Amino acid sequence: MNTQFLSYNKQLHHLNLYAKGEWTLDTVPEIEVILKDVPCDKKIVWDFSGVSDFDSAGILLFVEYYKRFQEKVDVLLEGYSKNQKEMYNLLKKNKQESITPVKKGILENLGKNTLEVYKDIIDFITFLGHLFVAIFQVTLNPKNIRFKEMVYHIQQSGFNALIIIGLTAFLVGMVIAYQGSVQLAKFGADIFIVDTVAISITRELGPMITAIVIAGRSGSAYTAELGAMKITEEIAAMRTMGFDPYYFLVIPRVYALMIALPLLIFFADIVGIFGGMVAAKMQLGISFIQFTDRLYEVLEVKHYILGMIKGPMFAFLIASIGCFRGFQVSNNTESIGLHTTASVVNSIFLVIAFDALFSVIFTEMDL
Amino acid sequence: MNRVIEIKEIVTRFGTRTIHDGVNLHINENEIYGILGESGSGKSVLMKEMIMLLEPSAGEIHVLGKSLKGISFKDAQSLRCDWGVLFQFGALFSSLTVAENIEVQLKEYTNISPMMRGNLVRSKLALVGLDPHVGALYPSELSGGMVKRAALARALAMEPKLLFLDEPTSGLDPIGARNFDALIVELRNLLGITVVMITHDLDSIFSIVDRMAVLADKHVVAEGSIENVLQSQHPFVEEFFMNEYTKERFKDKIKDV
Repeated sequence: MNTQFLSYNKQLHHLNLYAKGEWTLDTVPEIEVILKDVPCDKKIVWDFSGVSDFDSAGILLFVEYYKRFQEKVDVLLEGYSKNQKEMYNLLKKNKQESITPVKKGILENLGKNTLEVYKDIIDFITFLGHLFVAIFQVTLNPKNIRFKEMVYHIQQSGFNALIIIGLTAFLVGMVIAYQGSVQLAKFGADIFIVDTVAISITRELGPMITAIVIAGRSGSAYTAELGAMKITEEIAAMRTMGFDPYYFLVIPRVYALMIALPLLIFFADIVGIFGGMVAAKMQLGISFIQFTDRLYEVLEVKHYILGMIKGPMFAFLIASIGCFRGFQVSNNTESIGLHTTASVVNSIFLVIAFDALFSVIFTEMDL
Repeated sequence: MNRVIEIKEIVTRFGTRTIHDGVNLHINENEIYGILGESGSGKSVLMKEMIMLLEPSAGEIHVLGKSLKGISFKDAQSLRCDWGVLFQFGALFSSLTVAENIEVQLKEYTNISPMMRGNLVRSKLALVGLDPHVGALYPSELSGGMVKRAALARALAMEPKLLFLDEPTSGLDPIGARNFDALIVELRNLLGITVVMITHDLDSIFSIVDRMAVLADKHVVAEGSIENVLQSQHPFVEEFFMNEYTKERFKDKIKDV
């Protein structure tokens, strides 16, 4: 037994307990081990004259064990200093009921989350209502469009995204051509790789890849920007100055993305097909000239147009969700992160869901 | 005396929580009016209701002779050009320079020439005690005190009749705070504007505030000049004004009562 801080010896009618040395935060764990083993079957005489240093942790340890010993036997305290007594009196008051963290049941959480989703949907519909009113007013009065902001956002979300969109589209085109060529080569139908790449890129993959990249890139940026403005009260300041945030913040972003996204899709189509061309040449030995000749034959304009039509629709979804989530940010920094995540997740999901919807509609219309 | 703001029987509820339960007060022309109260007593909410950021659940607010309930878009816009608001942390637009922040409303609502706009911006900067070169800086490059001054310059841009200040001296050093107080008094005297301010600052309360309302327990528990308020028996008023520190610090002013 370590007797550096505490030792005891048994007498006939009582137990002598000697507290010694430092009773501080550093030594408390060691002391507690010894205290646990103190036999309490007889009266205890607890002597503190040997304690050289103490802090509130040391005193609280004493308070705790003093109480425990008292429950079983008589305890007599000796040799404590005035300071120790004062600190004891101070800390004794704090001994109330333990701090219990508020625990929520699974059902309560489930109910809360469900209600929140429901509330989010209602709020989003309200947001869309405001947005449509603002768009209507702006259409009646086009000089209210903030062209400067719009151009800025076209540059930010459109032009500056060209490299990443190009890279992604090129890789996707290549992957499709590679995977397709393995299968098509089995049938000796090598040249059909052009059909596969061209139609899948223009109709589906070009728009979807672009929209997903933009949702991650610009949708999140919109949420974070508007959220930060909400926290710094810039949005409230705008309102008090008579600047409707829908005019000044939402519409320029929505319009900018609706203009930029179709252009990006056009770019992604070209780069994606080029990626397919490169892979076809490497894998199947189809020359660029053969590829483009075939491309003329099989790629009808309608495939390209059907892909482009989705652009403004996806852009509207991404921009409006980004702005909506930004407005939802409440007054703490954690909230920006949560809402930015929600914004990206929501817009990517909705982009894919709407893409599926378009796919079904177009097919049903025999397009 | 003309009443610039009149608030009648305001009730505010957020869900099941009641913030105000029948708040009444009025603010006269050309006075500096303080709104006091413990934290969570709804001072900021009340101010937000006056500047149309929030709508009360019940009751009526008249600002500059217009009722805010069911106000038309046009009236609301004209009101928004008649007042200036200084937010607690400035709320300067971070993407614009200080000068652009000050002139943003002028650009939007007036046909003033760019040259005159520049002059106006410089004069507002001088009025709040900022160097003209500050105009070229972005809000992130300013110190806390400068942000407040720049925000005040922006609030004054449209020559408002009414100025709302949310804790104007909080976060300023004591000397900066007293200078800001002096500035507010000067503006009131020079431009004849009415000032409504939320404040905890005892110095401001004892030196520049003409009349005040103390919010506690969802009501206005004391209203009027400092003498009137000090006569209130409400526990919050007693605690706020009659503690040892305040009594000692402002003994000559409290003794007068």
